Amino acid sequence: MTTASSAEPTRRDFLFVATGAAAAVGGVVTLWPFISQMNPDASTIAAGAPIEVDLAPIASGQDIKVFWRGKPIYIMNRTKKQVDEARAVPVASLPDPATDQSRVKEGHDQWLVVIGICTHLGCIPIAHEGNYDGFFCPCHGSQYDSSGRIRQGPAPANLPVPPYQFVSDSKIQIG
Amino acid sequence: MSGPSDYQPTNPAVKWIERRLPIFGLMHSSFVAYPTPRNLNYWWTFGAILSMMLGVQIVTGVILAMHYTPEASVAFRSVESIVRDVNYGWLLRNMHASGASMFFLAVYVHMFRGLYYGSYKEPREVLWILGVIIYLLMMATGFMGYVLPWGQMSFWGATVITNLFSAVPYVGDSIVTLLWGGYSVGNPTLNRFFSLHYLLPFVIAGVVVLHVWALHVAGQNNPAGVEAKTEKDTVPFTPYATIKDGFGVSCFLLFFAWFIFYMPNYLGDADNYIPANPGVTPAHIVPEWYYLPFYAILRSIPNKLAGVTAMFAAIIVLAFLPWLDSARTRSSRYRPLAKQFFWIFVVVCVLLGYLGAQPPEGIYVIAGRILTFCYFAYFLILLPLLSRIEKPRPIPNSIADDVLAKYGSKSAVSTVIVLALAGALFAGSAQNARAEEEATPPSQKWSFAGPFGTFDRGAMQRGLKVYKEVCSACHALSYIAFRNLADPGGPGYTAAQATAFAGEYKIKDGPNDQGEMFERPGRPADYFPSPFPNEQAARAANGGALPPDLSLITKARSYERGFPKFVFDFFSTFQEQGPNYVDAILQGFEDKPPAGVTIPEGSYYNKYFPGHSIKMPKPLSDGQVTFDDGSPATVAQYAKDVTTFLMWAAEPHMEARKRLGLQVFVFLIIFAGLMYFTKKKVWADAH
Ligand code: FES
Repeated sequence: MTTASSAEPTRRDFLFVATGAAAAVGGVVTLWPFISQMNPDASTIAAGAPIEVDLAPIASGQDIKVFWRGKPIYIMNRTKKQVDEARAVPVASLPDPATDQSRVKEGHDQWLVVIGICTHLGCIPIAHEGNYDGFFCPCHGSQYDSSGRIRQGPAPANLPVPPYQFVSDSKIQIG
Repeated sequence: MSGPSDYQPTNPAVKWIERRLPIFGLMHSSFVAYPTPRNLNYWWTFGAILSMMLGVQIVTGVILAMHYTPEASVAFRSVESIVRDVNYGWLLRNMHASGASMFFLAVYVHMFRGLYYGSYKEPREVLWILGVIIYLLMMATGFMGYVLPWGQMSFWGATVITNLFSAVPYVGDSIVTLLWGGYSVGNPTLNRFFSLHYLLPFVIAGVVVLHVWALHVAGQNNPAGVEAKTEKDTVPFTPYATIKDGFGVSCFLLFFAWFIFYMPNYLGDADNYIPANPGVTPAHIVPEWYYLPFYAILRSIPNKLAGVTAMFAAIIVLAFLPWLDSARTRSSRYRPLAKQFFWIFVVVCVLLGYLGAQPPEGIYVIAGRILTFCYFAYFLILLPLLSRIEKPRPIPNSIADDVLAKYGSKSAVSTVIVLALAGALFAGSAQNARAEEEATPPSQKWSFAGPFGTFDRGAMQRGLKVYKEVCSACHALSYIAFRNLADPGGPGYTAAQATAFAGEYKIKDGPNDQGEMFERPGRPADYFPSPFPNEQAARAANGGALPPDLSLITKARSYERGFPKFVFDFFSTFQEQGPNYVDAILQGFEDKPPAGVTIPEGSYYNKYFPGHSIKMPKPLSDGQVTFDDGSPATVAQYAKDVTTFLMWAAEPHMEARKRLGLQVFVFLIIFAGLMYFTKKKVWADAH
């Protein structure tokens, strides 16, 4: 240790560096299981498998809330008025510009499927409330329109659309 | 020795803090500059090993608590889901469970070392007593931790140990009720044990701080037992003691890792893989190996109160050691008589441990009484007497002189031998306890045996077929989900095959929007459905006997291996008692019981079943299940395949465990080698 200042690397220095490096590598690798265990376990992941939802019982102008991976998903059967309103607004004027068409599946334009978690701080917005015929978040007053896009309030982004597809005309699979 | 530090930081930030809170100076004087006797041997590294083990137990314990549910109806299952579903959960649980044994092993070495070298003598009495307190706290913590998995041994261990307090005159029963929080061991007991099991390690850590503080005031004892006088007697803690401890720790880790990766159930009891059942006591209640000597003392005294008193006294007497042994010479090296009696005492403790695992009958009881007497006589008669009559040999003038004299390491070698024997005896004795007169199941060749064993996929797939077509009529497999069939290290199905397999099952789900239960096809996330809706229905359909869930059957059954086999088992990583037993049961049916054996109506004769009378009729016969791969349709083949499948079901991550074990061993061996040479280089300066 006292000779550490000598400029020439010696066998002893090499040994110390190798031992220190092995200890460091071993320590860091050992950390991995302790961190990895915090991730969702296998049963949680399995429980997050895709779900199927029957749309038949949802009348026009109504909505249902289903849960997928612990998240509330709003499925809204929009009226013609709601769709028209959503499509009439100039996209460029929106805080988070996106067309209504890009947020629904072609040919199923009346169906809006969004994750019902406010993009501000995670509260659940209330459907069919607010000034835009869409959603209103009671926590800090964010307002979403009938396409689930943010229109007013502190939330920075639109309600996200979860991955889903139509397996038949009246049935979707989420996930 | 820990006077005002002469530590002079140069970094301005460190300086700034140091002026306000001299913590760096404290660390420096305690763990860097601290003078440590230069003649310490490797028995002194167990202090560092114990600190590490406390850390390991706290870290893994805190993590396990994140996944564990302390509720009587789900505790057992939550432990299983840690092992099966949580990422590296099997590793963390093995670390924690064998870690407890390692912790106790290290503390026993540490205590015997203190005993041999007289580390409890003036001025280290308080240091020693703090150690005894730590040991007591460890025992309490270990006991409560063992209760948490809520298996049969957990439950009955908790019952027996808490009932010890009922021996207290007048208030005993009230104390026991208070401990239970009910009229028997139950959910409230589990809840409070969990709370205390989480608390006590931090109390231990606190007392350890006091222990180290006291150590740093009195200074370390050393093999010569003479106090350090001059600079020549000591070396600074860092790098000398640090590197030596580091080497000791890395060797200990190798030993620890052997248990984690290759022998996780060696020190455990198969009965603890059976969920707690308040209606059935296991045939032999055996505590964990580290309590066995005290358990033997308890049982050797035929009076309840006296037995309990003796058991506690056996621990408390340690606290009085500094006054019982008043000899001026510390180290037994220079005490010819004390040294011999020390080794006799070690043997007495080991034998007591062995007896603690034996059934309390016949010769064992008498031996237990003699050894209990010897145990107390050592402290109460022998040590006081020796300190008066013994003529010690001359001690060296100083530690430096001792180093020059180069005392032989004969004692070290004999200690290693005794400890190895002791360990083997303890481990094996726990198995010995299951005294069985039955024929021992023959040892089969299993593809999954040994450190490199893997599951035979073909056997697992055939075994699954046997389970599905035969066993599943009565036996549940409720810890296995269909998705597991596609897991790596499993039967080797694809996710699509597992989904299709699940789809063949009808799963009860609900309630639906109308509030009704309904049936739907199975999904990968579903678990194998049980054949009976509840325990009562299962019993009613099976002549009163409950067909056990098969998920853990290969780990929940065992048999005696006997001496000396269990010693070799440790090195050959033999852990296949369960599979051998299951295989043997399936093939052990005989139409006609041998002469002299009567089998009650509704039961069947089985050669390998304890008591021979089994309620399960012969489940398999040749040709019953046909295999697509051309394997013979024989009972022997069915038994082997279904056992392989069930072994996987009991331990789905076995292949990952062995694979990671190999990597860890390669690393640890290299690391220990590097530490050894580094230690030699560092110490080259000191001699
Ligand atoms: S969380 Fe919805 S507005 Fe703040």
